[in-house]
Amino acid sequence: MSGKLLLMGNEAIAYGAIDAGVSFVSGYPGTPSTEALETVARLKPPGVRVEWSVNEKAALETAAGAAYAGARALVTMKQVGLNVASDPLMSLNYVGVKGGLVILSADDPGPISSQTEQDTRRFALFARLPVLDPSSPEEAYEMARAAFELSERFRAPVLLRPTTRVCHACAAVVRTEPVPLVQPSGFVKGGEWVIFPRLSFEAKKRLAAREPELIDAQAAFNSIDETIGGTPVKIGIACGGIGAAYAREAALNLGLRCRILRIGAPNPFPESLAAEFIDGLERVLAVEELDPVIEDGLRPLMNGVPLHGKRDGSLPSAGELSAAFVENALMATGCVGSKPPLSLNDASHRPRDNGEPPAPPIRPPVLCAGCPHRASFYAVKRAAKSRKAIFCGDIGCYTLGNAPPLDMVDTCLCMGAGVTIAQGLRFADPDSYCFAFIGDSTFFHSGMTGVLNAVYNRSDIIIVVLDNRTTGMTGRQPHPGTGESALGEPAPAANIETILRALGVESVRRANPFDIEEAIETTHEAMDETGVRAIIFEAPCIAVAKLGIPMSVDAARCAGCQVCVKALGCPALSFATSPYQSGRIVARVDESMCTGCSLCSQICPTECIQPAGGTKEEGGS
Amino acid sequence: MNCLLCGVGGQGTVLASRLIAQCALDCGAFARTSETIGMAQRGGSVVSHVRWRGGSISLPSPLIPLGGADVLIGFEPGEAVRCLPYLKRDGAAVVSVNGVTSAVASLSGAQPSADVYVEYLRKTLPRLILLDGISIAREAGSEKTLNMALLGAASSLLGFSAESMLDALRARLSPRLIEINRRALELGAAIAGAQPSIPKEDSI
Repeated sequence: MSGKLLLMGNEAIAYGAIDAGVSFVSGYPGTPSTEALETVARLKPPGVRVEWSVNEKAALETAAGAAYAGARALVTMKQVGLNVASDPLMSLNYVGVKGGLVILSADDPGPISSQTEQDTRRFALFARLPVLDPSSPEEAYEMARAAFELSERFRAPVLLRPTTRVCHACAAVVRTEPVPLVQPSGFVKGGEWVIFPRLSFEAKKRLAAREPELIDAQAAFNSIDETIGGTPVKIGIACGGIGAAYAREAALNLGLRCRILRIGAPNPFPESLAAEFIDGLERVLAVEELDPVIEDGLRPLMNGVPLHGKRDGSLPSAGELSAAFVENALMATGCVGSKPPLSLNDASHRPRDNGEPPAPPIRPPVLCAGCPHRASFYAVKRAAKSRKAIFCGDIGCYTLGNAPPLDMVDTCLCMGAGVTIAQGLRFADPDSYCFAFIGDSTFFHSGMTGVLNAVYNRSDIIIVVLDNRTTGMTGRQPHPGTGESALGEPAPAANIETILRALGVESVRRANPFDIEEAIETTHEAMDETGVRAIIFEAPCIAVAKLGIPMSVDAARCAGCQVCVKALGCPALSFATSPYQSGRIVARVDESMCTGCSLCSQICPTECIQPAGGTKEEGGS
Repeated sequence: MNCLLCGVGGQGTVLASRLIAQCALDCGAFARTSETIGMAQRGGSVVSHVRWRGGSISLPSPLIPLGGADVLIGFEPGEAVRCLPYLKRDGAAVVSVNGVTSAVASLSGAQPSADVYVEYLRKTLPRLILLDGISIAREAGSEKTLNMALLGAASSLLGFSAESMLDALRARLSPRLIEINRRALELGAAIAGAQPSIPKEDSI
């Protein structure tokens, strides 16, 4: 147990839960939360049940059931997953739990990999629940452990909300003595597990009444101290989460000894501690990622002392923070003397000034070389060419189908919304074919209800299930269709066609998107019908598929028409100068990237792209 | 010490940054990393920060400030140029000369060739190790060992011995992958060793 482990924040949370005696872990993958559940699944602690759930609502509800019977349970998700789980959450706060229930909801400032930049701390305020906000992987371990105690003491679910630079940062974490696995004591019947208006009325009074006690219980997570060294100044920095790390570093860089208010548990807001912090200060800067939660908590207590933060624009209202942002804010608000701020375009700290550097490559995320979604999008694009069509997308790798040259995602809102938005569009724009693309994991997550809605309401849409047999974007997690459990054990494999038919979709076609003629023909057939019809494009994600022989361009035969490059946008395809004729451009396949999907070969007018002679290398690290 | 690693999703920057942090930890230092994981991995630009220092005061934040990196490891020359503002004035860079063309640039033909970036790095950085990382990785047994070739080339700049790198590697990789990765580490270190010694002081 002793010794330091280099752990990512999400791994630290998993270890924290295990060392707190967790026995039930459920969740749905989502960046930046995914590795927490994966770590428990990898470590396979004896007696611990680990489940990838169909969606976050299912994850929270199953964990609630386990906690009703006394198990300690961890639920993992990303911030938008909490929206899906908000229905049970907003009642579970009233009903409460017996065993400790901790909800990891990882926030994504930026956002780097999300639809929204929402702040889980706001949800905690909304639900009147405790929320812990770690500033480092070490603290994430401590808080994950402590959250279970807090949850049991108050019979309340406790939120744990790290942000990306805690989740995906590594540090040395020292594990402390674990408590033994908490054996569930069993479900005890009683009125308290049934939510009724009367119970809610009483529970809401309790939620309010417990707040002073909750503030005391969370005192260890909130503190006042000073930064080390430097000139003493009457400046205070109030900070939470990773903001605390940036605040300390900024003070260190500027040589300031200033007062720090660290808020690791912002709900309920520790007002008397905050008042003590403000007392005697000339200025306060609030440093926190996402929403100005601490800043808003401080405002009514300021008593005339200027407060800077996101509301007055001293710090950006969106995006990630850094120590440099805090330094700039301290200078801009007159807290300290000025020092020119740095920016990425600033030449002053280039080792030698050699004029403007060449513009760096434009590199948005793209579908991988060999991705079956590219083939599916291309097939539908060809089939729908010259007809009026709207392409509703959804959440997953295939959202990247919006990029040129595919340009096949006209809408994208949230998990499962493509299927339902298509129905509304079809009503209000009746001249258009309405396609709804949805991945397999998203189909199980929240696509099925939308399909039933379409059938029941006699909509007229084409559902295109992109079945790549995994949860791709978050790094290949199993799901109900893969036949594998979170622990890698065999599980029943749900059949998407059977489900579609059971939901009432009478026209269901299956096709291999890499057989491009067949895929186009299948799409034509579906378009010629009316009502709710579905196409399932089946081809595994390249991360789970067996790779084929890479393609190679016969430069002598290549006409330089650029059809392959311009139609597909495959990262393995580019142009090169012909070795046979100077100045002539020919296609080039990067054989180290090519998976041999053969899509380019099938669409090449001169048939000059063929499998290369060699075989694919074995992967290394 | 601050080391910034930059490249394109899928090139192995995450494992490389973990190995550096593990080495630092094994040497008794305090270390932090921050990595790009998620959507950007699909062919986007990725950056890993690794920071370490001895003594009892831990590093507050995992992010290297602009102008703060002692060593820049560029897995791709265009990405190295993008991240140059992170490098200290007297910082050193280890860069693989092999470019990765972006699919977007292929469409528009807008991306300068790798040579343009390499040339800029060459005339801008007094302390620069350039290597044909892909060839070295191929020689080691797989193009996927590019990360190890670069780590090997950077090892002396980072202050780690070949042995401590190997130990960190053994702790993180399955035994069947150790051999090719070890070869890549050693080949990278040899290439760096054979380059003209990097001047410590330069008349800037």
